[in-house]
Amino acid sequence: MTPQDTMERRPDRAAVAIAVFLIGLGILLIWDGSRIPSKAGYSGVGAGDVPRLIGAVLVFLGLATGVQGWRNPGPRRPRQQPVPLLWLLGGMIVMVASIHSVGFVIGSTILFTCAAAAFGERRFVRAILSGIGLGLFIYLVFDVLLQLNLPAGPIEMLIFGR
Amino acid sequence: MDTFAFLLQGLATAFEPMMLLYALIGVTLGTAVGVLPGIGPALTVALLLPVTYGLDAAGSLIMFAGIYYGGMYGGSTTSILLNTPGESASVITALEGNKMARAGRGGPALATAAIGSFVAGLIATLMLAFLAPHVVKLALVFGPREYFALMVLAFVTVSAAFGESALRGLVSLFIGLALAMVGIDQLTGQTRLAFGVPQLLDGIEVTTLAVAMFALGEALFVAAQGPDGGPGILAIKGRVRMTVQDWARSWKAWLRGTAIGFPIGSMPAGGADIASFLSYAAERNLTKHPEEFGKGAIEGVAGPEAANNAAAAGTLVPLLTLGLPTTATAAIMLAGFQQFGLQPGPLLFASAPQLVWGLIASLLVANVMLLVLNLPLIRFWILLLRIPQPWLYGGILVFATLGTLGVNPSPVELAMLVIFGTMGYLMRLFNYPIAPVVVGLILGPMAEQQLRRALSISQGDWTTLVQSPIAAVLLLLAAVALIVPMILRARGRGDALSQIGAAED
Repeated sequence: MTPQDTMERRPDRAAVAIAVFLIGLGILLIWDGSRIPSKAGYSGVGAGDVPRLIGAVLVFLGLATGVQGWRNPGPRRPRQQPVPLLWLLGGMIVMVASIHSVGFVIGSTILFTCAAAAFGERRFVRAILSGIGLGLFIYLVFDVLLQLNLPAGPIEMLIFGR
Repeated sequence: MDTFAFLLQGLATAFEPMMLLYALIGVTLGTAVGVLPGIGPALTVALLLPVTYGLDAAGSLIMFAGIYYGGMYGGSTTSILLNTPGESASVITALEGNKMARAGRGGPALATAAIGSFVAGLIATLMLAFLAPHVVKLALVFGPREYFALMVLAFVTVSAAFGESALRGLVSLFIGLALAMVGIDQLTGQTRLAFGVPQLLDGIEVTTLAVAMFALGEALFVAAQGPDGGPGILAIKGRVRMTVQDWARSWKAWLRGTAIGFPIGSMPAGGADIASFLSYAAERNLTKHPEEFGKGAIEGVAGPEAANNAAAAGTLVPLLTLGLPTTATAAIMLAGFQQFGLQPGPLLFASAPQLVWGLIASLLVANVMLLVLNLPLIRFWILLLRIPQPWLYGGILVFATLGTLGVNPSPVELAMLVIFGTMGYLMRLFNYPIAPVVVGLILGPMAEQQLRRALSISQGDWTTLVQSPIAAVLLLLAAVALIVPMILRARGRGDALSQIGAAED
């Protein structure tokens, strides 16, 4: 698949994908709303009815999005760079997955370094060092001083003893 | 007591040393986030919500309002010197302001933006103080159906009335409303859309959604555009002051900007960006120097900057008196009120007058602080623009995740951060607005409750919704706000298409 190919066909595909997503979300809401036993009380509108209404509107909006995307494909979107996206998303996911075992300082260092890399930073040693510095500073201010309970790991145990 | 007495009492609260400190922190942070691209007042308030959990309620709210005002001031700096608006309400300022800076008139542009913001902020805050008690009286006759109609109007104006596509705005809004359904139904206690995940029972946190969509989504989007040298920062030549002629041309624009901005902010009619846009259009039509427009006309900076500050103050009218947020920042401030167990609305003026009037009065104080921060100290803020992009976004993301990590670092919450962040990126990519999602998430459950209450009172008779004149008018306005722009767009699209065709010849 060459870039040109995807550029030519992307708008339609995107609109169809969004339409499918919206219709799927709408059906999910309708299904979940119907699952709730109807105890509408005086109002005639129970706990399941508003989700069903929103679901129906979402299905309609999905259909409208699909039809509009079919009739007049949107403008070309700017080319997206996959590498920075992967850096940033990857850093986020690694941080989220590991934060409870490695603690706040290392977790935020991972996130900081990957985010910097996503924006073109290639001096990794400097990035990692400043990530650690920033993490320690935030932990000191927010956990130790402002008593926000940040996840602690080996580094926090070593330095702050908690 | 009349408004004056309340306001004086509020000033006494606002001048307490701790409150002054909170206001100073708020306006400083606000200016900083206004100056920095990629981070706005809505995100900043969302970040600070968890941190302020244990702090004083009045102080925290004063700080949030300071951030909102400060963001409006700071945004102009980036627009003028960098041609990249620091936040959305300053997009218009870039048109003329950056041209002025290129012509070596950056100093007067920054000065008219700051002084105009000050004049507008001051007048609009006073208007807020005098208007609020009247709206409160009006709000006392509001029942569930009037509130429901008001929320429908807010939904429409936030999502569909402005922007380039009603369909995309409505999609954003209904995604927000769908997310709002997650959790326990507040009237019956039924579990909805939780799928057996206990962490979902409390619903989706506004802060998680806002942080993910605004910070992570924005960072992903900017990163995906690839390395961008960007236009360099223009140095301020000369001093940050205006000539007599600049003053003469600015003051009317400030007042007109205020007159346009405040009503737009205070009616649920869209936020500060609409106000600044309308003010720019007005100045272009009224100017005596039409030849300068597009090349750096000072009115084109003075008017919109005054308008966006006036609109920010105006937004506080429905927020404080009705509990109705009309912008993303106001929506998150509402979450801030709720965090302290306060529900903005007519009752708040009766039950916590000190807090409300302290907040309003501290806005006057914040305005004075902001003038000082943004005129003599402007060169300091420009240094912020020299932070390299990788470090800036690295720092933003670390701070952005801080709130979620500190309050609720459950795997479900952290996964939502990533999922909503990706969604925020995709929505930016496909031109879907973000603010309606946030407003839908906050207002959705409230609108649902009011609807079901109204229908309970009428025993299931849906015509009750239009039987009160106020509710009927509000719903009618909502319908007009939905349909008229659609017609205008359908017509305007033809024109735009023909223009594109002409340009390609």
